[in-house]
Amino acid sequence: MAQLLFFYLAGVIVLTAILVVGLRNPIYSVLSLLIMFFHVAGLYVSLHAEFLAAVQIIVYAGAILVLYLFVVMLLNVKREDRYHYQFPIGALLGVAILTEAVVLAIQRGYSEDVVPSPPTSELSFTGNTEAIGESLFTTYLLPFEIASLILLVAMIGAIILAKKDILTR
Amino acid sequence: MTLPLGDLVAIIPELIVATVACLVLVLDPITPPSRTHWLAWLSVASLVACFGITVSRMDATVTAFSDLMILDPYAGYWKLLLYVVTALTILLSLAYLRVERIHLGEYYGLILLSLAGMMIMVSAADLLVIYLGTELMSLSLYVLAGFKRFEVRSLEASAKYFVLGSFSSGILLYGISLLFGVAGSTRLSAIAAAVGTHGLDDPALLFAMILLVVGFGFKIAVVPFHMWTPDVYEGSPTSVTAFMAVASKAASFAAFLRVFLEGLGGLREKWYALFLVICVATLILGNVVAIVQTNIKRMLAYSSIAHAGYALIGVVVAGQAAADNETRALGLSSVMLYLAMYAFMTFGAFAVVALLRKGGLEGEEIEDFTGLAKRQPLAALLMLVFMVSLAGIPPTAGFIGKLYVFMAAVNAGLTWLAVVAVLLTAVSAYYYLRVVMVMYMREPDPSAGLVSRLTTSPALTLVLASAFAGVILLGLFPDPLVSITTSAVLPFK
Repeated sequence: MAQLLFFYLAGVIVLTAILVVGLRNPIYSVLSLLIMFFHVAGLYVSLHAEFLAAVQIIVYAGAILVLYLFVVMLLNVKREDRYHYQFPIGALLGVAILTEAVVLAIQRGYSEDVVPSPPTSELSFTGNTEAIGESLFTTYLLPFEIASLILLVAMIGAIILAKKDILTR
Repeated sequence: MTLPLGDLVAIIPELIVATVACLVLVLDPITPPSRTHWLAWLSVASLVACFGITVSRMDATVTAFSDLMILDPYAGYWKLLLYVVTALTILLSLAYLRVERIHLGEYYGLILLSLAGMMIMVSAADLLVIYLGTELMSLSLYVLAGFKRFEVRSLEASAKYFVLGSFSSGILLYGISLLFGVAGSTRLSAIAAAVGTHGLDDPALLFAMILLVVGFGFKIAVVPFHMWTPDVYEGSPTSVTAFMAVASKAASFAAFLRVFLEGLGGLREKWYALFLVICVATLILGNVVAIVQTNIKRMLAYSSIAHAGYALIGVVVAGQAAADNETRALGLSSVMLYLAMYAFMTFGAFAVVALLRKGGLEGEEIEDFTGLAKRQPLAALLMLVFMVSLAGIPPTAGFIGKLYVFMAAVNAGLTWLAVVAVLLTAVSAYYYLRVVMVMYMREPDPSAGLVSRLTTSPALTLVLASAFAGVILLGLFPDPLVSITTSAVLPFK
């Protein structure tokens, strides 16, 4: 049952991801991205990562996607603007790399040690939102703070690049 | 939650740089435009303080933040190099930005935040932290590359760098996630342990390794991941180009060496061959394509690609499976030495380009250097020294750097590689000495009254003098630096 669910979710994710880059109309592309985000969230739920699933819906489907839609609608992207002439090279290299990856995956096969260990008993008592919060503020405090600096740079950068008068005397 | 005080003490230099960066950003709006240079001097002062702290801690090895960060002599060495380069960048920018009329305080804040990212990269012992450090560095550089917003070339450089940089970050992240899947942790020590238990032929490990090579290969600009370099170096403001060519390359090399030697050291008989191919391709393409360039910034971009190839020779030696630890340590220390030498000469060359800059495209074409020896003897002499050093002619730093790299290669039984590299150095002499020839052998064109007045300032003089002193002194007395690099290499297991 769990495997069936996984194959459904993974199949839809791959299919919609291909549609995102393949569809001619950018609005359809964005909408298939939305379907993909929901299925990724489903994948998280099936792995008992409820917090990640909720964040996936709120942040990606809720905020980022709406932003994408606005950009696509405001800029009115034309079909000619896209890089379709590179398609043959991209397809050739993509197929080659995909074949390599598939061969490597088949060679490796399935072994127990790749499967992430199931949630520990401690997690099932406290719930994974608490567990994530705690590790973010203890073990992973430093990466968490570095991420805040990255967001700061992104904000300043956006302001500088959009500032009206940049020339000084 | 209690504040981990000991951990915070360990990362004081990073904290100082990040705090001063924020301080500069806050002070900028309340500083009168004519006083913006105060912010630059504040930034330089903070770097001097960090330099002192890092020097005083050079010998100790400390881990902090549950082993996410490691402060060892190796990280200390790279940090010292990064402080020097960043301070030189800020001083160079003082004069250059005024000529370009983009003298904004945010610039210094972004330079410092980029430095904070680089410092995190060189002392991180965890792939997640290395990734975040890389992003902090690159994101600041994307903005800095587009700082001349009114100029199409600068915007093009920024957009190109951003798109390709994000793509390569994605590949790097994919490799990291595969390694996490195999090892169950992103710590380099845990990954090294997983490599030990899984053996060399685990396809997931190999695939992850290839993805990491691609991700880091982009950051250090080696063939075939170098496509972005000429366009980005040409379009960015020259001070930013110098910073990218030197600091970001050094930091990326530092993180890349730590990941491959500490985390994936067990796989080295697999990545050794990969790097050998990349190294030879980089040497050939960088040196040959530089010959046909007419823009000096593009030429220096290809030259920086070629120099990454020379540094990779040391990486190949450090990755030899058959060699003993002493030979491999020699390879690693030759990379560290080479990048320090490279920093001074490349920075000096870009500083002269910035000095001759007079708005528009002038001072960027190699033809603009025609007869410079007659018009500006001192600038021409400095450029001569930097070009001679880049070509690897004694008694300059460039010669010593190449000598140690080639020695490491011969010592490890890779004589053919050293021979190929020496032959390509002869090729490189052609395009470096062409600049010298144009400056000294040709009469200045009287109709073009170009570069009548140089954009000199005390800060710029200081930059040129330091780069000149670095190139000459390291060329004549390399021993102190050599002993520092040999004592700061990563421990081989």
